[in-house]
Amino acid sequence: MSGTWMTTRAWLLMLPLLMVMVAVIGWPLVDTVGLSFTDAKLVGTAGNFVGIDNYTKMLSSSNFSRTLVTTTWFAVASVAIEMVIGVLAALLLNQEFRGRTFLRALMILPWALPTVVNATLWRLIYNPEYGALNGALTQLHLIDAYRSWLGEPGTALAALIIADCWKNFPLVALIALAALQAVPRDITAASLVDGAGPFARFRFVILPYLAGPLMVALVLRTIEAFKVFDIIWVMTRGGPANSTRTLSILVYQEAFSFQRAGSGASLALIVTLLVTVLALAYAALVKKTAGSAT
Amino acid sequence: MERKSAAFTVFIYACAALLAVVILAPIAWLFVMSISPAADLAAKPLRWWPQAADFSRYQQLLSTAENSAGAAFTASLRNSLEVAGMATVAALLLAIPAGWAVSRTPSIGWSLSMVIATYMLPPVALAVPLYMGLSYLGLLNNVFGLAVVYLTILAPFTTWLMKSGFDAIPREIEAAAMIDGAGLFQTLRIITLPLAAPVVATSALFAVLLAWDEFFYALLFTSDQRAKTLTVAIADLAGGRVSDYGLIATAGVLAALPPVLIGLVMQRALISGLTSGGVKG
Amino acid sequence: MLKSIGKTLLGAVFVGGLLVPHAFAETTLNALFMAQAAYSEADVRAMTDAFAKANPDIKVNLEFVPYEGLHDKTVLAQGSGGGYDVVLFDVIWPAEYATNKVLADVSSKITDEMKKGVLPGAWTTVEYDGKYYGMPWILDTKYLFYNKEILEKAGIKSPPKTWDELSEQAKIIKDKGLLATPIAWSWSQAEAVICDYAMLVSAYGGDFLKDGKPDFQNGGGLEALKYMVASYKSGVTNPNSKEFLEEDVRKVFENGDAAFALNWTYMYNMANNPKDSKVAGKVGVVPAPGIAGKSEVSAVNGSMGLGVTAVSKHPDEAWKYVEFMTSQSTQNQYAKLSLPIWASSYDDPAVTKGQEELIATAKVGLAAMYPRPTTPKYQEMSTALQQAIQESLLGSATPEDALKTAAENSGL
Repeated sequence: MSGTWMTTRAWLLMLPLLMVMVAVIGWPLVDTVGLSFTDAKLVGTAGNFVGIDNYTKMLSSSNFSRTLVTTTWFAVASVAIEMVIGVLAALLLNQEFRGRTFLRALMILPWALPTVVNATLWRLIYNPEYGALNGALTQLHLIDAYRSWLGEPGTALAALIIADCWKNFPLVALIALAALQAVPRDITAASLVDGAGPFARFRFVILPYLAGPLMVALVLRTIEAFKVFDIIWVMTRGGPANSTRTLSILVYQEAFSFQRAGSGASLALIVTLLVTVLALAYAALVKKTAGSAT
Repeated sequence: MERKSAAFTVFIYACAALLAVVILAPIAWLFVMSISPAADLAAKPLRWWPQAADFSRYQQLLSTAENSAGAAFTASLRNSLEVAGMATVAALLLAIPAGWAVSRTPSIGWSLSMVIATYMLPPVALAVPLYMGLSYLGLLNNVFGLAVVYLTILAPFTTWLMKSGFDAIPREIEAAAMIDGAGLFQTLRIITLPLAAPVVATSALFAVLLAWDEFFYALLFTSDQRAKTLTVAIADLAGGRVSDYGLIATAGVLAALPPVLIGLVMQRALISGLTSGGVKG
Repeated sequence: MLKSIGKTLLGAVFVGGLLVPHAFAETTLNALFMAQAAYSEADVRAMTDAFAKANPDIKVNLEFVPYEGLHDKTVLAQGSGGGYDVVLFDVIWPAEYATNKVLADVSSKITDEMKKGVLPGAWTTVEYDGKYYGMPWILDTKYLFYNKEILEKAGIKSPPKTWDELSEQAKIIKDKGLLATPIAWSWSQAEAVICDYAMLVSAYGGDFLKDGKPDFQNGGGLEALKYMVASYKSGVTNPNSKEFLEEDVRKVFENGDAAFALNWTYMYNMANNPKDSKVAGKVGVVPAPGIAGKSEVSAVNGSMGLGVTAVSKHPDEAWKYVEFMTSQSTQNQYAKLSLPIWASSYDDPAVTKGQEELIATAKVGLAAMYPRPTTPKYQEMSTALQQAIQESLLGSATPEDALKTAAENSGL
């Protein structure tokens, strides 16, 4: 069979997917680019061409820079915590102890819980008057008065990060665990004979096996954290005083609440660009770690 | 096998217990809230276990009496099932041929990479044109329209999973069948697809979970019982008349039940799906 | 001959045209309500059932969203051909809805009888630029609720008449150890905080806008925010207020955890219901206080109307439903959580019985209702103000600076 025919056939099989992708992703994206140069409203007028006005206005607004900082904080903190706790949990689950299978089965629960349910659950837990967190901490005498966890800028973002981590660290743990189980036993045994301490063993023997899979998890989680919308929408809607407003929430406000489709589109594209740059940087990093690991 | 000191063993069990508590406590509390009388949930100090379990909220939410809160909830449950079902079937129909093609013809792999790269796009970058497009087609507030939009999320992911699944099936088996005179589609149907069945199942499960979880598009593109999904219904409950926290918790338990059951029962398949891409890099 | 055939045909078509829609008479309307304050979901469902009984050929699907989602849902549904037919809208939206053609102009359907019977203040809810965009339905303002038992224990004879008195009385309650933080407000980053703020702006005689430009950063607007900050900092206000919506305030008040609470009409009968409330029978309600030398009482116009959307395919049936929901008989029947728009209802014993205290208070409060500004850019202005108020409460900006920034970001 000729190679050209093989290739043509492959393209034909790809075609339905590509056509749908162009319809639901490609066209909207191009349209968003077009919109971003107009002053179009969400409903009604098509809008006039305004050049790069929307971009300059959005980029220079204090709302944007502040929201960018908030989003970055959220992404960096939640992903870092998920990584560390996830790897620690995987190391634990890689040990032999009774109940290990049960514990591993539990890990799937937070991951399977719908994001909105998770957000609702934590919102109830953080409730300032009747929440379980206040209840537990006062009954344990760790705090003497109920607190407004989601009402103070200092704690609101942290509270969101904890809720996000609780849902997502098991994913990291499961990925890391699968990688750990691929580490050959004789290698760890050999390093033991060489007299390597537990930290050296983790750093030089185990980590190289984890690096690749963890990088992938890191990339996926960072991109997701940067796009975060659901959990914040349900828990704080960006408050208090906009201290938890992320980029996606800002775009929603601009395009849908204020109905300025044009400037909303430009903001959405700025976010897209940021995520793309981030992803490309990571991709380069993945290549490097993959190269050094083998 | 390395020797373990007693202290180390105690340490391991302590950590395991801690991990179990961290994971279980919030979920258990969700359930306890759903069966606690409202007064218990507003008590100070907080009562951690209801004096009498009260399952009436489940009955309330699952009732289908016309024009009741239960009818609204069950309608959203049905919408979620319909949207997830339609989107999953459509995604698989696209993903299976595409996944196979890329797996067997690596030279076109870059096209799949491009499709997967769309994962980076924040939904807000597509939302306005999708909104206008659906509006133009009369598909706003429509389960079918929402299912089409969900393909933006499901199709790339399932294709990627299917491709790694086909990669694991040796080409030689297909080649042998072809030599025996079977045509391409016959070969795929008789040989390849049965072998790939577990991957198809895993992909379908992931697709259902992703669709079940989706909130942003559903928030924007649905408005009432004809299409509103469970996630939006729960967000509405949580943000509105919240006097009964137990009712919100009940809705949460009911919405979480299907994916959690899928997760527990199909654990092995899901984990292999989660990690196959990750481990291979 | 040809002519007569033509006439017959025309007649047949005409009759057929009349008959055909009749044969498929079942019309389905979709209506959007909120699940927050005022009429309860159960009330709205019961009213709608009554409408369905009286009009078996019309079916109404009800949708309830939180107040926070009401505006966006209405606007977004506009693009869908089969969107809502009837929507509930807040007093602050007609300007935007009229400008963007979300609501149909129903001026021609407002009868003289309606104009005479409905309280004049209620019409401001649905009017913009001399046209009517629906019927007022919820006539509401915020009142000062108090826990009679706690005030008695604190030795306070009568509830406060001025905002300063409120702070003083709360201080007494706090100092006597009866409650750590006696006042509950709804200061969440949402429209709710603007309502509380607007009440204070009216008390201080301030203005939101002057000649279409923000003016809340000066005079009464600034003093109102300063009062909020002082009340928050002095510890007499429940600090959790800044994540409360109306329902949280109600829950706290019903649990006996607040001596004073600012809330809408609906809380009166809910808090007096012993089934869910621990303070039933101890609920006092007075008009929100004023400022010595400036105002007797304060009130914010928190009314809402029912309108027919511009995209509705059944505008006549939709209007019929609106008429039914806003009719005096329907409103009198469900006058516990929201008071009627009809003037004569306030003297009808069927309405006033058992809630004389509320009615007396309402007569004063409703007469003093202060409007939030009518501008198509209301959402932006409100969003900017919400941030300013919360920043001032949290101490990250002075009220002066915060309001100045809000004025710049208000889009006006």
